[in-house]
Amino acid sequence: MKFPVFRISLIATASMLPISLILLIIFLVIYSWPAIEYNQFHFLWTNDWNLGNLYGNPVEVDGHQVMPGAKYGIWFLVVGTLASSVLAMLMAMPIAIGAAYFLSEGIRKSWSGPLSLFVDLLAAVPSVVYGLWGYALLVPLFGKTIFPFLANTFSFIPFINGSPGSGYGLLTSAFVLAVMIIPLISATLRESIQMIEPALKEAGLSLGLNRLEVFWHIILPKLKKVLIGVGILALGRALGETMAVLMVSGNALNYLPGNIYAPISTMAAFIASQLDSALQDPTNMAVEALSEIALVLLLITVLVNISARFILWMEKVR
Amino acid sequence: MAANKMMEKQLSTNIKPPRIFKMSLWRKLMTAFASAAVFASFAFLAIMFLSIIGDVFIHAWPALNVKLLTEITNGIGGGLKNAIEGSIVISFGSILLAAPIGISAGIYLSEHGQGMAGKTLRFLSDVLVGVPSIVLGYVGYITMVIYLGWQFSVAAGIITLTIMLLPYIARSTELAVSNIPLAVREAGYGLGAGEGRIVFKILLPGAAPAIMTGLFYAVALSMGETAPLLYTAGWSNYMWSGNLTKEPIGYLTYVIWTFINEPFAESHMLAFAAAFLITSGVLLLILLGRWYMVRAQKRMGSYR
Repeated sequence: MKFPVFRISLIATASMLPISLILLIIFLVIYSWPAIEYNQFHFLWTNDWNLGNLYGNPVEVDGHQVMPGAKYGIWFLVVGTLASSVLAMLMAMPIAIGAAYFLSEGIRKSWSGPLSLFVDLLAAVPSVVYGLWGYALLVPLFGKTIFPFLANTFSFIPFINGSPGSGYGLLTSAFVLAVMIIPLISATLRESIQMIEPALKEAGLSLGLNRLEVFWHIILPKLKKVLIGVGILALGRALGETMAVLMVSGNALNYLPGNIYAPISTMAAFIASQLDSALQDPTNMAVEALSEIALVLLLITVLVNISARFILWMEKVR
Repeated sequence: MAANKMMEKQLSTNIKPPRIFKMSLWRKLMTAFASAAVFASFAFLAIMFLSIIGDVFIHAWPALNVKLLTEITNGIGGGLKNAIEGSIVISFGSILLAAPIGISAGIYLSEHGQGMAGKTLRFLSDVLVGVPSIVLGYVGYITMVIYLGWQFSVAAGIITLTIMLLPYIARSTELAVSNIPLAVREAGYGLGAGEGRIVFKILLPGAAPAIMTGLFYAVALSMGETAPLLYTAGWSNYMWSGNLTKEPIGYLTYVIWTFINEPFAESHMLAFAAAFLITSGVLLLILLGRWYMVRAQKRMGSYR
């Protein structure tokens, strides 16, 4: 038999995708190993990120050279990341469902093409431009008018009352993230709405339901798993978002948000903003601790993505 | 035709309208509320899009002049010549590297992706899409910038972006190639063509418009990225002198996020100008890709 050169070269190039994913994890584990040993597991749920006295002499703790007083705990990052992403997903889901219905069923077919393009373009806007928009338009607007108004009106609800802050914070980040993920959710939903067999819709219509009721009682329950899958996928996207969050989150350090207006920081934004100061550490432990954050973030997003893809695969959605 | 329609009209007017069920007030209210909510959610998206574009454009308008294209950046202002050059170098470099690998991976997925290996590969590439770009940037930093000693450099930035683009290109190619019907391939095999010839003479030309659209999208994506470049490509105020390693390079998205933090109005204007350039570039590329695909399908007809 002839040696299948072409087939082999195809396989070789195609295998670069999984190899690069595995290499990412391996490199991160190797590089952050000293930090993992030094920080152990309380890294995740203690709340003090302190590079220590950078002008002192390195001391040896547990066999590792660190700066005196250096401690690494990222509980505030875990809280900030999860809170902003989950809040963003909760805000995005109803709007995305509404927009998907509007674009696929609510208007004439000849209009839905150009209007969907509009939503697709929104998905393509670079994240740093979202950040700029948040910084220049949303932060002043939210900080001066909307947050004080919300805090006053809903002063009886916990987490919504309290100090309205400066505009940088959890709710602003969640809002920007929501605007970023709505197009993603609604694009997938639109496709799967169109994949539903028309007989189901017709059956509903023939029973006297109007189109919205068909959507609510027949299409949405049918798409339950797709909804969950897409939601988790969008959550994964929001968890890893860097630039937009970096510019509107307020970059809190060692601070747990007391209400939804409080400044936060997320893992991705923290990695981007802290590397410069971590490089000041002559023992390199700070850079390795940052790489441990990157590892934690990578593992979380990989887990989230795997579960979302599994759900979507079972539903035959790309 | 016209007579037919007249007949239909007459017929339909003769039929008595069916008795209409009375809808309860609650149902009417809920329907009205739901229609309003559905419309509002689309209107929300439209307003957000317009406000992003409008905000960037209004702030960038006073800064748009020839100086942007002819001067390099300095600490607080200047032009964007070096950043524009850098953005183009980085995104075209990464697409040159990612396109061959991504396209052949896509062909593999579509032609041989039915088995367990193909399924695993597809799954992992879907997971790779979800890896946060800052993590890619950080791994690029610890491997290429530190370990290989390339320092902040064009090569490190390009390779990091390549890894980010691979899964997108692979999946769009897979979709494009798998839309070509089996009969076309069988015709090729029937004439005695080998697998390579089938791919190069039949599949790739047939899927070219869709693959190109995917590539346009990938270029747009790479132009808009910041996070993976921060710690791989670095930043430079000067023009690129052509070294692949040990020389940082400027790019537009970096200008946006650093210059907006400066306290000077001139820097802010430059940041908005950069945002305007990058947004219009990205959106134009995507529209161009769509237009190209529609035109090619009209001209050659599509397999679907």
